[in-house]
Amino acid sequence: MSTMASSLSTDLVTVWPEIILAVGLCLVLVVDMFLKDSYRDVTYLLTIFLLAGIAWSLLGAGAGGETTLAFGGSYISDPLSRVLKLFAVAAVATVFLYSRPYLRARGLHLGEFYVLGLFALLGILVLASSYSLLVSYLGLELLSLSLYAMVAFNRDSPLAAEAAMKYFVLGAIASGILLYGMSLVYGVTGSLNIGDLQATIGTAQASSVSLWVGLAFLVAGIAFKFGAVPFHMWVPDVYQGAPTAVTLFVGTAPKLGALALAIRILVEGLPALGDLWQVMLAALAVLSLVLGNVAAIAQTNLKRMLAYSTIAHVGFILLGFVAGTPEGIQAALFYTLVYVIMASGSFGFLVLLSSRGEEVETLEDIKGLWQRSPWFALMMVLLMVSMIGVPPLAGFYAKWWILSALLETNHVGLAVAALVASVIGAYYYLRVIKMMLFDDGGQAHAGGIPLDVRVVLSVNVLLLLLIGLLPDRLLELCARAAALI
Amino acid sequence: MGSSMIESALGIGTLSILVWLPILGGLLLLVLGRSENRPGEKGSGGRLDRWVALAVSVLTFVLSVPLWTQFDSSTATMQFVERLPWIRTFNVEYYLGVDGFSMPLILLTTFLTPIVVLAGWQVIEKRTAQYFAAFLILEGLMIGVFAALDALLFYVFWEAMLIPMFIIIGVWGGERRVYATMKFFLYTFLGSVFMLVALIYLYLKSGSYSILDFQNLPLTLTEQILIFLAFLFAFAVKVPMWPVHTWLPDAHVEAPTGGSVILAAVLLKMGGYGFIRFSLPITPDASSELDWLMISLSLVAVVYIGLVALVQKDMKKLIAYSSIAHMGFVTLGFFVGWQILERTGTTAGIAMGLSGGMFQMISHGFISGALFLCVGVLYDRLHSRQIADYGGVVNTMPRFAAFMVLFALANAGLPGTSGFVGEFLVILAVFKAGFWYAFLAATTLILGAAYTLWMVKRVVFGAVANEGVAGLSDASGRELLILALVAAGVLGLGLWPAPLADVMAASVDHLALQITQSKLAGAL
Repeated sequence: MSTMASSLSTDLVTVWPEIILAVGLCLVLVVDMFLKDSYRDVTYLLTIFLLAGIAWSLLGAGAGGETTLAFGGSYISDPLSRVLKLFAVAAVATVFLYSRPYLRARGLHLGEFYVLGLFALLGILVLASSYSLLVSYLGLELLSLSLYAMVAFNRDSPLAAEAAMKYFVLGAIASGILLYGMSLVYGVTGSLNIGDLQATIGTAQASSVSLWVGLAFLVAGIAFKFGAVPFHMWVPDVYQGAPTAVTLFVGTAPKLGALALAIRILVEGLPALGDLWQVMLAALAVLSLVLGNVAAIAQTNLKRMLAYSTIAHVGFILLGFVAGTPEGIQAALFYTLVYVIMASGSFGFLVLLSSRGEEVETLEDIKGLWQRSPWFALMMVLLMVSMIGVPPLAGFYAKWWILSALLETNHVGLAVAALVASVIGAYYYLRVIKMMLFDDGGQAHAGGIPLDVRVVLSVNVLLLLLIGLLPDRLLELCARAAALI
Repeated sequence: MGSSMIESALGIGTLSILVWLPILGGLLLLVLGRSENRPGEKGSGGRLDRWVALAVSVLTFVLSVPLWTQFDSSTATMQFVERLPWIRTFNVEYYLGVDGFSMPLILLTTFLTPIVVLAGWQVIEKRTAQYFAAFLILEGLMIGVFAALDALLFYVFWEAMLIPMFIIIGVWGGERRVYATMKFFLYTFLGSVFMLVALIYLYLKSGSYSILDFQNLPLTLTEQILIFLAFLFAFAVKVPMWPVHTWLPDAHVEAPTGGSVILAAVLLKMGGYGFIRFSLPITPDASSELDWLMISLSLVAVVYIGLVALVQKDMKKLIAYSSIAHMGFVTLGFFVGWQILERTGTTAGIAMGLSGGMFQMISHGFISGALFLCVGVLYDRLHSRQIADYGGVVNTMPRFAAFMVLFALANAGLPGTSGFVGEFLVILAVFKAGFWYAFLAATTLILGAAYTLWMVKRVVFGAVANEGVAGLSDASGRELLILALVAAGVLGLGLWPAPLADVMAASVDHLALQITQSKLAGAL
């Protein structure tokens, strides 16, 4: 917000990571075309190197806390965008690290998986840095279209095709709604630029009904991307229908994109309408918390259960926005980051157990897992405990910060409602532990799983424990990243 | 002296060692221990596992002794203090320390854990390493709860404890273990989240999570009452007080012997400790305002739950209900002070009620633990907890019967045992508050004697009831050792209560002073 970029060269420096990614993924696409199936690992390695390179360039750029605007103020590089991008790159890389044996066992280890994943990542990076409604829309579509294709990736599976169809139709409607909301905002204010919106919407405009309608459409579009009730219908079907490796993808990094969308448009673009969107989000949050947690109890399919659990977690994230303060946004950011790590571990756990070819996705399958694979059962116990929000796992601090922000703004009722909902939610997480530890039977085991996947899952879960024991680093990072908003 | 050597060598304090040594030992067992017996192997598979567990728990106890020997009982200030920044963003500290309330409870914990390890020595047949690991981790977390002086650190230990306990009941418990352990977890979790809201509120008011800062924070009466109720949710479930006690009989009945012992002896004390550390000093005016509620709930627990205990057919259930009734005495002692003040105009009786409650907590830790160990000894032989399945045990197990009778008498409050001291002090204090209070409280002497001794009569005495009892073998050396150790505690505290009273005295007086000073004045 401070400096207006003037020359093309500074513009290009701002989008340096995106350029590397775009060029790199085209390269991967071309190289992959000339590879035989037996050399598919080359694509994999290239992708991992590419992501490592982007992470390195992001780390280099993120040294200072400065904010740069580019392309006429429609693109921003600030601490928030850098944190989101870094986590998105790491999350996508983690997905790729998990997925290789799973895909290979199903004859799905194709270059398209990586290329589509990289396209989706590019969409997330654009969303993270977007400072204009139109750029946000472009990033979102880039992300969404890649995801639709990924869900339908296993074209022989009718379930996956159905899920992709559903996702596509609903997603297209949601995008339309979002776009309509943007056009209404543009009609009233005459600007698409977030910075301009922030500066120009005064009290006179803030009471314009067209703007309110536009805001309602924007919130609906954002809620769809998050998967908040009542725009959640696609979540359980997509999570269950997609191949688990794709569910892992859909359930992790795109949440960072949705968070960026919400922060940029609502918090930065429309603070003048804060009272209004806070009320809307409060309703969405409570509905999500209640429905997510209650519906998850009825599920026997783990992917579907985790889908409803996602909805409940989204409710918590939205509560950070309801608080409306910088602390609230910081808490929402922290919650999202921690959630991505938790989701990545839980779906990664299913991917790992399914890596030999048979599908492991129901509660029955993991019964008695402790006797067959004690280490991975322990990892899942830690994941579930973190999801419940029991210390000393990272999930606790996420809930704690949100609560802190809510209480600070006197939302005591919401805080208590959220807590009661999460106590109800504790039941189905505990049931997973019960199945693995207390029961016998079941088939799933971790025998014969490649070492790299085992290591990735262990590191993923132990990271939650590490954050839980020494949370200060990540808390401080989030506090700084969202301090300027 | 052992600990001070380690302290100087590693630069960490006694309390940190006591918290982390068992946790690290438990993690070591968890990672290295074998989960299953090899084919053809009988009994407890990991022979090394249990020795490691015993070594770690005994070492922890030995290292905890200096807490007692080097304790300065003339002051109520925190001792063995360790204070490091932990979460700077929120001014949360790694802040440990003990006073006259927490130190005895820590020693109770470190004393009982080796006994629990010994109690599971041959009995636990599946996943031995994990069983002992869970208990060691639990021990570290329990010590952490008693030692934490930062509210968030306290909460972390308090909640983390649920996980090993959930697993202990769920994996090694009886037939309805899943129901019992779910109920245990959800009940206590629901209670604690309200406490979390109160703690965050206090942080937002005071700018720090230090419990001692909370205690000095002026608060209006409305604030105090809301905070008090939030704390009450958390602590009443843990104690447990009537009417939120229903999880306890289930959890006790289904838990393995060791789990029952720890549950009754230490976990329940956390509720009582919470009242002492949080409710009373942080919200003294609300405590005074709502003392009628606390006294009523306590008296209901004493009388009504005592009657419920009378009709139990299951030994573990009977002891569980007896625990609730005895814990009612603890809360009665803690909250009777204002009635005394109102009636007599002096603060003299308040300290007596507080120290009576504390005494009762420590003593109940030994006695209830001992009774569960006794039931465990019987259960290991006949695999039944039903009173009707026993009778005339004294004929076949004379040595064991002697211990069981001793513990039963202690539970009934026989002078000379630790059970007497606490009850006597509380009743004495309650008498100052009014005759009818004392009358109701004193029914425990009759009811307690009735249900405990009647159970002993039916189980231990009489003619040999059936072939199962006829075939019983007397307690083994290991079992006798366990029972003797606990018996030493029960008799020691009963015959010579002065050391414990000395240790607590300064802290009790300090607390009595705190709760009679209103915090309303400075509040806006």
